Amino acid sequence: MTVEAPDQEHAEEQSEAAIVIEDAVRRFTSRRGVVLALDGISVRVRRGEIVAVVGPSGCGKTTLLELICGLQNPDGGRVQCAPAALMPQRDLLLPWLSALDNAGVALRARGLSRSAARAAAGPWFERFGLAGFEAARPGELSGGMRQRVSFLRSLLAGKPVLALDEPFAALDAITRAEMQTWLARALQEETRTVVLVTHDVEEAVLLGDRVAVMSPRPGRIVANLVIDVPRPRQRTDPHVVALRAQALRSLGVPE
Amino acid sequence: MSRMRRWTGWAGPLLVVVVLLGIWELYVDLGGADPLVLPAPHAIASALYTDRGTLWSNFLVTAQEVVLGIIVGVLIALVLSIGIHFSAMLRRGVYPLLIASQAIPIVLIAPLFLLWLGFGLLPKLAIIALVTFFPVVVTTLAALETVDPDLIKLMQTLDASRLEVFRRVELPASLPGLFTGAKLAAVFSVIAAVFAEQAGSNSGLGYLFTIADSQLLAPEAFAAVAVLSAFAIAMFALLAVAERRALPWAYQPKGDTA
Repeated sequence: MTVEAPDQEHAEEQSEAAIVIEDAVRRFTSRRGVVLALDGISVRVRRGEIVAVVGPSGCGKTTLLELICGLQNPDGGRVQCAPAALMPQRDLLLPWLSALDNAGVALRARGLSRSAARAAAGPWFERFGLAGFEAARPGELSGGMRQRVSFLRSLLAGKPVLALDEPFAALDAITRAEMQTWLARALQEETRTVVLVTHDVEEAVLLGDRVAVMSPRPGRIVANLVIDVPRPRQRTDPHVVALRAQALRSLGVPE
Repeated sequence: MSRMRRWTGWAGPLLVVVVLLGIWELYVDLGGADPLVLPAPHAIASALYTDRGTLWSNFLVTAQEVVLGIIVGVLIALVLSIGIHFSAMLRRGVYPLLIASQAIPIVLIAPLFLLWLGFGLLPKLAIIALVTFFPVVVTTLAALETVDPDLIKLMQTLDASRLEVFRRVELPASLPGLFTGAKLAAVFSVIAAVFAEQAGSNSGLGYLFTIADSQLLAPEAFAAVAVLSAFAIAMFALLAVAERRALPWAYQPKGDTA
């Protein structure tokens, strides 16, 4: 960790950036020796920006998110990040709580009363297409609905940064496509700084302002694609298709 | 349709019981066993009827011991499980002792409990609690360990303190384990009550059994056993119903269809 002189440019950048990761190194010690999960990764996310991180399995994407959420500390380099709420791949809703109480669980954990948490979560159910399912338990909801409740739970945590860890990977292809469209719209209405980790290149291009491509372990950013396609984006838009192909090339997938 | 299914659902077990009782009856009636050693079902049934007053009053004594004993056992188990779950030191230091406590032959230790705690209800509670707390600790700890570590990470990013994580995630997740343990405990507790009463008491079904047995009143002794068995089944069933009522989420079909 280095202490830099607070020059003008740096201060300006600080106010702009929600996430600054510089040369972050993360290693794990396993029985087979030391595994380097992240090898000098640098990521900078502006406030309100949606950055999609794509990479093959085991490239350290989840480690990156846990650094952002403060669940892990880097072994080297610098991680500076506004408070972040995690949305996991599996919805991980609490099976004994209703959808409404699951959505408000962060508020309850912070000491709000049950009725206050419900009052805060309630209006969102209409907006998220969950109206009428407030009292349903997670077991009674479809996979897509559960992910929406899970997203709402992260949103209501009131953190400036949302860390989405392959949020739709567990859904079937049709529901996944629906949910991607839904999330794109939800994020347009409710601007947050978002880091979306995915191995679905199309999802990255559809949702991100920028796509960061990671190399296999040890993880490093090997390409940065700016997605300057206006929203709402169509899967079949030639720009989207071209950017998708470009991202796949960066990942080393043969055409 | 559902009434029909309810009937066929009961018919199977009922048939098994009737057939087993029939074989037993025939075996004794045809001279296969001395009725002083193995009374016929009809003799037991008639003892159940004639002794119903005595059986009932002694049943109430045993039932009180058992129910209070289970409650004490479950409460001790809950405290121990939480302690062991939170403290690696307790897990290493106390868990082996708990296992060791279950290797103690209750028949031998029951008289000692009487010496320490007197002749009343207290030694019975202690013995029943000693037998019942262990299965509850094992199943509750197992349930606590099934909590997804990712869920705990998620709660941490939602600013939940360790205590909040326990209260909102781990404690509810442990309840199905607690019920499983309590169901096992309900069955074991009846045996523990008999040992406790045998060691020293002047009432209860275990006491009744001991007296009848010593006077070669086999049907009367078996009648006490029949009541004990029915009581164990009833407690198990009651806990199963209570579990479904209290934890409906644990019985929902996992709706994974999108």
